[in-house]
Amino acid sequence: MGLLSILDRSHTIAKPGFNRWMVPPAALCIHLCIGQVYAFSVFNLPMTKLLGITKSAPGDWKLTELGWIFSIAIFVLGFSAALLGRWVEEGGPRRTMFAAALCFGGGFLVSALGVWVHQLWLVYLGYGLLGGIGLGLGYIAPVSTLIKWFPDRPGMATGMAIMGFGGGAMIASPLSVWLMSVFSTPTHVGVAKTFVVLGIVYAIFMLVGSAIVRVPAPGWKPEGYVAPAQPKKLITTRDVYVYQALKTPQFWLIWIVLCLNVTAGIGVLGQASAMSQEMFPGRVTAATAGGFVGLLSIFNMAGRFFWASTSDFIGRKNTYFVFFVLGFVLYSLVPYFGGHGNLPLFVLCFLIIISMYGGGFATVPAYLKDMFGTRYVGAIHGWLITAWSIAGVLGPVLVNYIRQYQIESGVPKAHAYNVTMYIMAGLLVVGFIANFLIRAVDDRHHMAIETVDEAVGVA
Amino acid sequence: MAFNNNGDGTTTLELVLAWGFVGIPLLWGIYETLVHAMKLFH
Repeated sequence: MGLLSILDRSHTIAKPGFNRWMVPPAALCIHLCIGQVYAFSVFNLPMTKLLGITKSAPGDWKLTELGWIFSIAIFVLGFSAALLGRWVEEGGPRRTMFAAALCFGGGFLVSALGVWVHQLWLVYLGYGLLGGIGLGLGYIAPVSTLIKWFPDRPGMATGMAIMGFGGGAMIASPLSVWLMSVFSTPTHVGVAKTFVVLGIVYAIFMLVGSAIVRVPAPGWKPEGYVAPAQPKKLITTRDVYVYQALKTPQFWLIWIVLCLNVTAGIGVLGQASAMSQEMFPGRVTAATAGGFVGLLSIFNMAGRFFWASTSDFIGRKNTYFVFFVLGFVLYSLVPYFGGHGNLPLFVLCFLIIISMYGGGFATVPAYLKDMFGTRYVGAIHGWLITAWSIAGVLGPVLVNYIRQYQIESGVPKAHAYNVTMYIMAGLLVVGFIANFLIRAVDDRHHMAIETVDEAVGVA
Repeated sequence: MAFNNNGDGTTTLELVLAWGFVGIPLLWGIYETLVHAMKLFH
């Protein structure tokens, strides 16, 4: 018990002289690892050949069964972030990162056992449930800590961490492919050993993050930082308790804003390869489309840092206005560029769209901080992530089903995405209205000053 | 390696190590993705 006390918030308080720029790498240690979830699909095909090795044999797992691993992990991510958010805020970042490392790394190890003994339920339990809890805890763990360290640039700070989540897949995908090639033998495809290595490496990487993270001492401010004398209308200086925040219209408006922004982007991200090939038949091959998807990943990651940092200067509400207005224009232009065979402008449109998709994720913690204060922002962010879970279903369903309906109605494949683009543009109009309706949180929702002091242990 | 938390400040070496620890894998991932993305322009 004594040993575990080093995980407590009280043991994480930075001493004088600690440089706050040590905290973003700590956060990146977590987000670069859990971002691996976006690259999990590289295991799908090899896991359909665990028995047959060169091709699927009777008894091998099917792709439809394997698709559930990712779905369970993402569902549990949202669920655990929402339910454990308060524990995260009150226990501090080190304890949470430590737990996230054990869950995420442990999830890989349990999955490795599942692959080894060919029991799919163990993979669901390992990567899906245990790994999913690690994802949820890891995703929200550094958010409020970064905001407290960077009161002058909260958007940039959280943007850096959440950028790591976008970058994690770029590391995981080539790393996993390489590991599987190293471990594959004539009798094994190498997935189990790859899971073991990834589990251990990710756990160590995340534990380093939990070791170097610090929270600022109560009352700490960056050198030379002076809080604005005249508080801005949409930036509160007080705190709202997590469950009280859920009772405000502002929380649900931001929920809609995030959900619609993500819905518009996630459907495209999932279908980018097929869409580009079908809209430009003969010009975009499978290999070229792979390059397009790679570029999208880079803009998804870079957009997280760029837009979140920009929001520190133009404000959170204005940043989302840019997403919705610019997104509306770009989505409306895509069918035009597709119809005229203008591939460069088609690609440019989607690169900007996907940068705003990433930007939406990265800007939202600072938006919540502006609305509800810093005390429970991590926990409130946890609840907001349910918007991601819903969007994760809505976006792909909209793109896939409307495309299918169009094709069945006799529309050529090259034009089958046009209606979807206009629907996405329409969703962004709804998001614009929701964002427009956001006002400062009513005073009655704020915590009394003495309650805040008790909560943070400041006597 | 003990990270400095005993009141005498973070050293430049610690900062470089921490950023290198996360920066090098990230740059490698970006490089790999860019190499893949170049197929778009061929």
